[in-house]
Amino acid sequence: MTYEEIRGRLSRKRVGIAGCGGLGSNCAIALARVGMGTLVIVDFDRLSLSNLNRQYYFRDQVGMKKVEALADNILRIDPTIRVEKHAVRITATNLAGLFSGCDVIVEAFDLAEEKEMLITSALTHFPTLPLVVGSGMAGWGNNAAIHFRRLGNIFVCGDESSEISAAMPPLAPRVGMVANMQANVVMDILLNSVQL
Amino acid sequence: MKIFLNNNHEEFDQEELTVTQLLAVKNFTFKMLVIKINGNLVSKEAYDITMVHDGDEVHVLHLISGG
Repeated sequence: MTYEEIRGRLSRKRVGIAGCGGLGSNCAIALARVGMGTLVIVDFDRLSLSNLNRQYYFRDQVGMKKVEALADNILRIDPTIRVEKHAVRITATNLAGLFSGCDVIVEAFDLAEEKEMLITSALTHFPTLPLVVGSGMAGWGNNAAIHFRRLGNIFVCGDESSEISAAMPPLAPRVGMVANMQANVVMDILLNSVQL
Repeated sequence: MKIFLNNNHEEFDQEELTVTQLLAVKNFTFKMLVIKINGNLVSKEAYDITMVHDGDEVHVLHLISGG
């Protein structure tokens, strides 16, 4: 498939991104660069200085709502991408409305409890919709531990073992690897290269 | 029983197990989990009463903070 054909197909697709932190911001940027039609980005948070060690933002954006800053960054790369931004906290109740019509949902939360809530709610509202999850990316090095596996309609990226802690923070290289793996899986799903 | 657990064939001495028993036998001690049996989500409250039978396809996803 040529780049033009890829862009042509992706331009009709709609991807939901739950969380605009390390995973969500980097994944959204990768999907913007390949010409995703619509990106639905959701995050209630504002950008802080400590986020810049891994999240796709800039120092002069500190204090902005993440969805506003990410929409700006996406549109600076490609002004033809449709960005739907929602500065709200995702709950079991509002999830279905926020992501209605999406072809894929990307789980891009930080805390395990929140990931579990999101996946459980998404599977409840959209039992067969592809869901791309990131789990395990703390620290640095250990490239070989990061992997991909599929459990039905759940597509898992990460090392599935490294817990974050003060001594094992999430940092740009490994978080970016997992975020870009998630974007790569989204492409695989939307270009019909995987059987759903 | 024989089940398909996380894409692997696994055999157990027991004829059937609850989800809670299966997690104990497999030594899955993770707190944050998503479990599906034959494509259906199993809620946390139902782990003690949901049975895993011969031939079932079981997915156990363990979630870790970071992102």
